[in-house]
Amino acid sequence: MPLPLLLPALVGLAFLLLPLLALLVRAPWRGLPNLLTSTAVWQALQLSLVCATAATGVSLVLGVPLAWLLARTDFPGRGFVRALVTLPLVLPPVVGGVALLLALGRNGVVGQWLDAWFGITLPFTTAGVVVAEAFVAMPFLVISVEGTLRAADPRYEEAAATLGASRFTAFRRVTLPLIAPGIAAGAVLAWARALGEFGATITFAGNFPGRTQTMPLAVYLALQSDPDAAIALSLVLLVVSIAVLAGLRDRWMTGAS
Amino acid sequence: MTRSARRTRRTGRMLQVAGVGAAAVLALSACSSDSDSSTKSGSTAKSDKLSGTVTVFAAASLKESFTTLGKDFEKAHPGTKVTFNFGGSDTLAAGITGGAPADVFAAASPKTMAIVTDKSDAAGTPATFVRNQLEIATLPGNPDKVASLEDLTKSGLKVVLCDRTVPCGAAAQKALDASSLKLTPVSYEQDVKSALTKVELKEADAAVVYRTDVNAAGDKVEGVEFPESAKAINDYPIVLLKDAPNAAAAKEFIALVRSPEGQKVLTSAGFLQP
Repeated sequence: MPLPLLLPALVGLAFLLLPLLALLVRAPWRGLPNLLTSTAVWQALQLSLVCATAATGVSLVLGVPLAWLLARTDFPGRGFVRALVTLPLVLPPVVGGVALLLALGRNGVVGQWLDAWFGITLPFTTAGVVVAEAFVAMPFLVISVEGTLRAADPRYEEAAATLGASRFTAFRRVTLPLIAPGIAAGAVLAWARALGEFGATITFAGNFPGRTQTMPLAVYLALQSDPDAAIALSLVLLVVSIAVLAGLRDRWMTGAS
Repeated sequence: MTRSARRTRRTGRMLQVAGVGAAAVLALSACSSDSDSSTKSGSTAKSDKLSGTVTVFAAASLKESFTTLGKDFEKAHPGTKVTFNFGGSDTLAAGITGGAPADVFAAASPKTMAIVTDKSDAAGTPATFVRNQLEIATLPGNPDKVASLEDLTKSGLKVVLCDRTVPCGAAAQKALDASSLKLTPVSYEQDVKSALTKVELKEADAAVVYRTDVNAAGDKVEGVEFPESAKAINDYPIVLLKDAPNAAAAKEFIALVRSPEGQKVLTSAGFLQP
């Protein structure tokens, strides 16, 4: 490898790995068992896992059909809709949180009717956390599934149709199994993104231990009073992230390619 | 034309002088001991004209009054610029101890100031420049008829508090403890402004914030004073930072904050004099 490439490559590698190494170096290993077994940490971790999984569920139910719409149908302005779907990917999460407040808050454009008709208010609730996480994470799933759908040969669906299957049956029995690895990869990505969600969650759902305080929020607030606890919590998220990546690689990434 | 040319040349020379001065201050603060560099840069402050950017890390509750003071400072010292980083005092303190290039730190509590002084990142002793009292912020017109701190414990009322790790949260907790009230909020917000915002957006019915924040919000919220707030008054300390990139101008800014004119801006925002 030529030196002009190798050097920046190594610097780049060091740049990406150094902060993570620092986390390991500065981790309060001795106090770790105590820090990680406190109820506050378990509450936050549990809530994080539950909410990220629920957000992934929401993303699957709404996102797979949306991906199908974008990949398999033709309608005017499809490119524009596709761009809009990817917007939350690049939108700063805090902006997403503000937008959610204005839309679904108690006084929001839609939220005021939710409150008046059904007595449902989303801010400051666990459901609000799920909404915030799904808003940020669903595009990952949609993009991933859409890509897989485009790569999948539509002739299988046409063949199913000539054999008398309805379009929905063809989708269910032929397309879904065909793109299952892509859906799985997208779901894991969405789940990981939801797990790490901070900005939209703290803006839209607030911060209350056991109800809306997920791990990233706990890390942020712990850093203000107890840096050791923040490092310990960060380690947990780091381990989970590595596990997700390892899982993706072994089961789905290589399987899908 | 000649006049303008002469002026350009003069300003060019002035810039040169300022550049040399800044370089000298930088070199001094980089290689000499702390006390030495602070006295040296102090002496340059008197002989040289102030210039450059003053970076002030200030508690979120100081936003409005410090922005005004910053403009006043820039007007009084042409060529200077005051930039602010407003946020939760703890976050700011963590940034400073982490090496953020700041000149001045104004915290909303002695406890958060101590984070910086404990790491000996401050030059000199912090001075209390104002005090702040809590107030309840309710929706305009006070539809829930909140008249006391105890009213906030009514069920069905969505109350937002600051997190206990930030000064406004610590003060609110102190006031609640002093009156042995137990209050379960819907959220512990990360700083006083985000607590207030939740009321401004009508997502929460009430928040315990500073009187100054209620003032600054104008008619978007209604303030309710409560006697227990007297038991939880926050002192606001200000200090020059040890590694201040622009110590000379920073000192002048602190002087302005503590001057009668500065105090007038602060008290009109609702702060109490120390």
